[in-house]
Amino acid sequence: MLEQQLLNALTLGSVYALFALGFTLVFGVLAVINLSHGAVFMVGSYAALAMVSHLNAPLWAALLGAMVVSGTVGLLVDVLVLKPLRARNAPHLIPMIATIGVGIMLTSAAQGLFGAEVLRFPEDVMPAGEFMVGDVHVRALEIAIVAIAFLLMAVLFTILKRTQLGRALRAIAESPKAAYLLGINVEGLFHITSFVAAALGGIAGVLIGLNFNAITPFMGQPMLHKGIAVIILGGMGDIRGALIGGLFLGFAEVISKAYLSSQMGDAVAFGLLFLILLVRPSGLFGRKLERKA
Amino acid sequence: MEWFNDFWSTYSTLVFSVGVHALLALSIWLTLSCGLLSLANAAFMGVGAYVSALLTLHLDWSFPAVLLAGGVAPTLVALIIGAPVLRLSGVYLAMATLAFGEVVRITVLNLEITGGPEGLNGIPLATEGWHIALILAVTVYGLARLRRSKVGRAFESIKEDEVAARLMGINVDRYKLLAFALGAFIAGVAGALNAHFTFFISPREYGFENAVDILTMAVLGGTSSLIGPMLGSSILTLLPELLRSLQDFRSLVNGAVLVLVVLFLPKGLWESRRIKAFFKRLKGGEA
Repeated sequence: MLEQQLLNALTLGSVYALFALGFTLVFGVLAVINLSHGAVFMVGSYAALAMVSHLNAPLWAALLGAMVVSGTVGLLVDVLVLKPLRARNAPHLIPMIATIGVGIMLTSAAQGLFGAEVLRFPEDVMPAGEFMVGDVHVRALEIAIVAIAFLLMAVLFTILKRTQLGRALRAIAESPKAAYLLGINVEGLFHITSFVAAALGGIAGVLIGLNFNAITPFMGQPMLHKGIAVIILGGMGDIRGALIGGLFLGFAEVISKAYLSSQMGDAVAFGLLFLILLVRPSGLFGRKLERKA
Repeated sequence: MEWFNDFWSTYSTLVFSVGVHALLALSIWLTLSCGLLSLANAAFMGVGAYVSALLTLHLDWSFPAVLLAGGVAPTLVALIIGAPVLRLSGVYLAMATLAFGEVVRITVLNLEITGGPEGLNGIPLATEGWHIALILAVTVYGLARLRRSKVGRAFESIKEDEVAARLMGINVDRYKLLAFALGAFIAGVAGALNAHFTFFISPREYGFENAVDILTMAVLGGTSSLIGPMLGSSILTLLPELLRSLQDFRSLVNGAVLVLVVLFLPKGLWESRRIKAFFKRLKGGEA
């Protein structure tokens, strides 16, 4: 039974990590807590659903489409909302409040367009097939989810560590002003980061939508809270921290749901987060960030 | 007076909500005035609502007593969690208080005495219009006095520059705790008032959305004076009524208002300096 739970935990944890990765990337590069990330996650799953059910697109195309749609939403948020605030040099809580507003707008728009009821992917688009490994019941879908999540994370790590683009992004994370003086196109990279982060959030939305096969306009909110828990666990702006934090949260949640009670999963996540903040104010792996409030 | 009776029977709930929301917006104004962004006020409101409702339902306490208890209970909670939480700053504080709010919500959801997800039903109606008006008036008066006092000036200096305030010999930690606890008290009383005119409370009313709503009210109105939060709460309470025909898209407007205000009116709608300038221009035009 434990092995089965561990598989569930790995599936959930890898999606949490993927979601939190975009979240933490935006914080690391733009120094903004983007609270519309949960809504972007929801947008991704609706985009994929619309493509599958209205355009009869195959699943891989729907995944790509969802990344493009949610990435575009992220880019628009950056251009229309965050950029003017940057230009004004607004104190950092202001962009956070603005993204709360964006999240409300996206959620409400989805509710108005698609209704509040739960929508589902048609059964025939799901990767079929399931088999037993020992006592563990494995679905092809779960393998696909874990594989996609880890593939995307590996691509992102490689870009950040090995390419010129990654170096530029890390330079901005250290100091946008210094990066600008060194001739780095800071604004352009802010846009790219917003697009990529939102695209990762959107595809996480499709993966969760497939895993539980339930899509609602409100699915982003709990995910956003999980994302916050993960990036606090992992240290805000820390890419590796997001991966470890995501997996850790997935395991903590599944195990406490299985062995305590079904409601305890969420309580454990937030109780944990709360405790960690008390003991290590900048997260488990966090460095001390000196940014003026 | 007939029109008034008609008006009152139709809109009294709305007027009550405006008053309660104004109290909540003032409670977050108080913590913001000390430079703290706390998202715990909805949870504090919930603690106040549940404590007061349970004392009414099970122990039959009198209404003034449950109002007081509704304020004191979250204050105690704030004092307990305050010392460690307030060491955090900026977004970390916002996240910690958000997590605290979720812990409260999930606790209420899982306890037997709070009725779990079904909430508490049949809370006797005890709140009357003048209760809300009186408490709001007392709060506004108290906060106005506080602003001009030594405490208010200390809050202001902490908000502007914490390090400088500390160097000036201001006990930053103690003042932050005071702002946090007082905010919790006001939010708790608002929760108790709310519980005793809606008959029914459930954990759903005290989650993240509500914390955000409270914050939105204060930000929309502007936090440079006491009028701002009250103006913001009135607008955001009345707006959904005016937008009834939009149905599902109603909260779209709320979100848009929040974004537009942040983008174009960084100080909120009610910015004393701008209002003064406006009236000056008006007078100049007449003369």
